[in-house]
Amino acid sequence: MATIQPIAGENEQHPDVALVDRVRKGDISAYDELVRKYDRQIFRIAQHITQNREDAEDVMQDAFLKAYEKLDQFQGNSKFYTWLVRIAVNESLMRLRKRRTGKMVSIDEDIETEEGSVPRDLADWAPDPEQNYTQAELAEILRKTIQGLPPGFRIVFVLRDVEGLSTEETAETLGLSVPAVKSRLLRARLQLRERLSRYFKKKKVSREKGVKSDVH
Amino acid sequence: MTCTEFLAMLDDLIDDSVTTEMRADLQEHLRGCEHCEVTLSTTRKTIQIYRSHEVYEMPVGLRERLHKAIMERCKKGC
Repeated sequence: MATIQPIAGENEQHPDVALVDRVRKGDISAYDELVRKYDRQIFRIAQHITQNREDAEDVMQDAFLKAYEKLDQFQGNSKFYTWLVRIAVNESLMRLRKRRTGKMVSIDEDIETEEGSVPRDLADWAPDPEQNYTQAELAEILRKTIQGLPPGFRIVFVLRDVEGLSTEETAETLGLSVPAVKSRLLRARLQLRERLSRYFKKKKVSREKGVKSDVH
Repeated sequence: MTCTEFLAMLDDLIDDSVTTEMRADLQEHLRGCEHCEVTLSTTRKTIQIYRSHEVYEMPVGLRERLHKAIMERCKKGC
């Protein structure tokens, strides 16, 4: 499956490289472009990790400021976006630790769970099941469902499947091995699937003619 | 191929990173296993739904406010 971010060919320069060069030469409007290009993604990632709106706002601001400060350290051998995501993930985890003083916060926690490793709910889903819900209801279902995942699974799923990082980029960003990312991704996908099944599976139709089961 | 073996290859199948030979084996299993067929299609759908719907949308007002704050700080050299 194609990733969301366009990947430049080996000899092709990623457009961000030119923007970063302009910023280094003092052109602040180029940084403005970079911020506008990635602010939504960074906000989403921060919100997924911290699960707190205020923290996500702070993380987004701090991550972009830190990236600006450290731009000299950006090597250009990774994508600017991946580099930025790494800063945002670290800021988010720091923010989470502050909030939960005394409680260890790590992306390694809660990974012992066996939930979702074997699919249990094997009922097929309705065609286009999301159409049974309003946009607001659907957003709430998706939010609640993903919030229930262990943090270490949630972050991997968000970076890899929602934000379009490759497995290798996700591993590098989180300081995990590629096999660890792969194993978490599978478990995350299966757990989400299992949990969404209760909303999206085909409703049983009553045997009485013309009487349909409730659609909620 | 057993369902457990199929499941171990599920991600590679979804991410389109299986060899032609393996793909044929997986498809062969799918033809006779409704459970794995459902697991595959609903897992694909799960990913697609999360990709295409904003779970946390940034309100425009917030975006502009944060953007202004970032740019002001950057102009001062952070």
